[in-house]
Amino acid sequence: MKKETRANLIKQGAIWAFIVVELAFFSIAGEFLSVTETAFMDFDNMLLLLKQSAPIGIIALGMTIIMINGNIDLSVGATFALAAIVLLDSMTWPFMAAIGDWAIPLAWGFALLTGVVLGAINGLIVWKTGVDAFIVTLGSMLGYRGLVFMYNGEQPTSHLNWTLVDFAEAQFLGLHTATWFLLGAALLLWLLMTKTVHGRNAYAIGNNREAAVNAGIRVGPHFLWNFMLIGFLAALSAVVFYSESGSVNPNDGMLYELWAITAVVLGGTKLSGGYGSIISTLGGVIAIQLLRKGLGHIGADTETVNLVIGLILIAVLFLDRQLNRKGREELKT
Amino acid sequence: MTDQTPALRLEGIVKTFPGVRALDGVSFAVMPGEVHALMGENGAGKSTLMKVLGGIHQPNEGQIFIAEEPTVMTSPIEAKSKGVVFIHQELSLADELTVAENIFLGELPRKSFGRVDWKTLYDQTNAILKTLNVGFDARTRVGDLSIANQQMVEIARALTVDPRAVIFDEPTASLTDAEKVVLFEVIADLQSRGVGVIYISHRMEEIFKITDRISVLRDGQYRGTLNTAETNEEEVTQLMIGRTLDLSRSESTHQMGDVALEVRNLSCGDLFEDVSFTVRKGEVVGFYGLVGAGRTEIAETLFGLRDPSSGTIMLDGEEVRINSPADAIKRGISLVPEDRKAQGLILGMNCRDNMTLPQVDDMTAGPFVSDGAEVAIFDQYRDKLDIRTPGWRQLVGNLSGGNQQKIVIGKWLSMHPEVLIVDEPTRGIDVGSKSEIHNLIRELAAQGYAVIVISSEMPEVLHVSDRIVAMFNGRVMREFTAEEVTEDSLIQAISGLETDKVA
Repeated sequence: MKKETRANLIKQGAIWAFIVVELAFFSIAGEFLSVTETAFMDFDNMLLLLKQSAPIGIIALGMTIIMINGNIDLSVGATFALAAIVLLDSMTWPFMAAIGDWAIPLAWGFALLTGVVLGAINGLIVWKTGVDAFIVTLGSMLGYRGLVFMYNGEQPTSHLNWTLVDFAEAQFLGLHTATWFLLGAALLLWLLMTKTVHGRNAYAIGNNREAAVNAGIRVGPHFLWNFMLIGFLAALSAVVFYSESGSVNPNDGMLYELWAITAVVLGGTKLSGGYGSIISTLGGVIAIQLLRKGLGHIGADTETVNLVIGLILIAVLFLDRQLNRKGREELKT
Repeated sequence: MTDQTPALRLEGIVKTFPGVRALDGVSFAVMPGEVHALMGENGAGKSTLMKVLGGIHQPNEGQIFIAEEPTVMTSPIEAKSKGVVFIHQELSLADELTVAENIFLGELPRKSFGRVDWKTLYDQTNAILKTLNVGFDARTRVGDLSIANQQMVEIARALTVDPRAVIFDEPTASLTDAEKVVLFEVIADLQSRGVGVIYISHRMEEIFKITDRISVLRDGQYRGTLNTAETNEEEVTQLMIGRTLDLSRSESTHQMGDVALEVRNLSCGDLFEDVSFTVRKGEVVGFYGLVGAGRTEIAETLFGLRDPSSGTIMLDGEEVRINSPADAIKRGISLVPEDRKAQGLILGMNCRDNMTLPQVDDMTAGPFVSDGAEVAIFDQYRDKLDIRTPGWRQLVGNLSGGNQQKIVIGKWLSMHPEVLIVDEPTRGIDVGSKSEIHNLIRELAAQGYAVIVISSEMPEVLHVSDRIVAMFNGRVMREFTAEEVTEDSLIQAISGLETDKVA
């Protein structure tokens, strides 16, 4: 019993220990190899890191819930791009231009609504057809990306609203707007998953769907809500990012689904469902961003960074498997 | 027999896991040509002992001897090469491959350049199959065989080496009576070749039919070996559980109330047809029949997991339609399913959350689930049902079968249902907890619950029921009251021998 709690703590804490190791490694390695003068652990650098974690981070939080449910959503990258286009393009519509800065909340609303609708489409198909979420969202990933290209062809969609940019670049209590959104979303979703009926049911369904049905939980509507939630979060991520950048390319957001899944898995959430934590995913997101920044700091190029992250992901899962295997009577295969 | 060297001998085997002494000095010996039963309740250490024997676990202390040679087993493959072969309850065969390929899996005879020597393969296989006297040949696809014949393939696989000891783990679990006879013939044949057979089973009548000696384990300790010819079921049971078990018919002492559930002419495709019965408040109605008689399917229909094709369901005299389990629960019908782990529990969740799962919706304070209300419910039913767990945080997967079943029952009781359906209440539960569950069911009836018990164990049905519905092939054959039922008439009814139906 005690041991179990301890083992759980170790599992939950592992990702944070990994982050500490990363920080120590890059700080020390940075002393010898750095291409810049500033220290890696520089405060501003760390704040920037959190801000840069936000776009994929917010999506990864939603992905955690989807994966605890035993599903997966591959369409979030395309949803992200489409929501971004709606955000920027809607502000150029004549009636929007006429209402001044009131266009901003309205544009946000349009973008978020887009995400919710796209998510609802995924959820409805998964619920009503019973087709595996992997297949459904693989299809919608292609479909939604198609919509992105139909909107403006190969051309980028751009619109800069300076009020919006100011808001996005603002810092409150030292943290950037994007960081606040990331942390706020993490807090709310953590409460959702640990304290509410919806969260309880999500774990139950992911762990044993049949038993959940037998306990009177309505699985289909539950899935629908979660797909709407991740659609909303993908759109929120787009809103936060493009408020600042003001220009979206039709290829933006590609592979975001895979980065999000990587962060979720690094955080210890199981692909098979029923187990995982929002806070650990936040750790996974930060760990990946640290790796990227850290390797950049000591002069590695993007290709090397991806290679290292890939290797670490496999190594972590292997380690996890070994730790879990110990004590349990698993057959040698 | 005593002057022979044992085929296999274990001496002082100790195996500990963190916090548990799973095996505590187990010693016993199997003679060549002997069928030796190994018995014990669930959790007595039988499977651990077999894993030690198969090289999956290493013992902390003690020694394995094969023909009095001290031996260390490091893997199932090594065990096999030393002549110790396992026939597992769950078959591990590749459905798409032929019988021959399965038997020689991993050691197919080869020609040059790694080509398979098909001729030798089929010849050798057919030679082995001939000794087993089976009705299929080496080229048959395994997936096309019956379970019993697949088991024969497993046995044939064991015979590719010259076995000294063959261990059967619950081999008759999914066999028909006719198939059992064939299996026992094969075991007798192994016996006559001088192979030592270890036979693990819970079924007393088999044990007494085919074994020479019986060794009993309890709580990881060796409790003694009896000569089968000189003992009886009671003595063995007593050795297994340390006390005698009362399975006599229970008398109802309480008054029954109104009809809680009435089912009229209910049918569901060809699963069951024209089923009618009633359950009163305070009554236990037992459903007895063979596997496939349609009992579980009726329960699933009442619980909203299947749509009936015709017929009516009435609760408290009012006709209802039940479209989903959520619906059924709202109307006060609860189901304790047949397969606890797959259908009844969220194994990765703790005890409390499992118990409150269906009603957690009503236990909120603001947007959040109220911790206090949940713990209160858990504590109440832990005490009421005597659930033994270190605390509510314990994962349900770590509890014993009996305590897991109590969690499932507590889950529904805490919602005060009208009708409680219990499908196979004591499957996979050790003998001690069985009688606890039985008493609990009687007690629930006394408290006024309408209870349906579905069981494949006749003593259980006879023990707990006020009335028994006998089913055969999707139809109700006959209804018995507890006073009039006899074992013979019940067996007749569920075999379809008796056709006069009592509506």
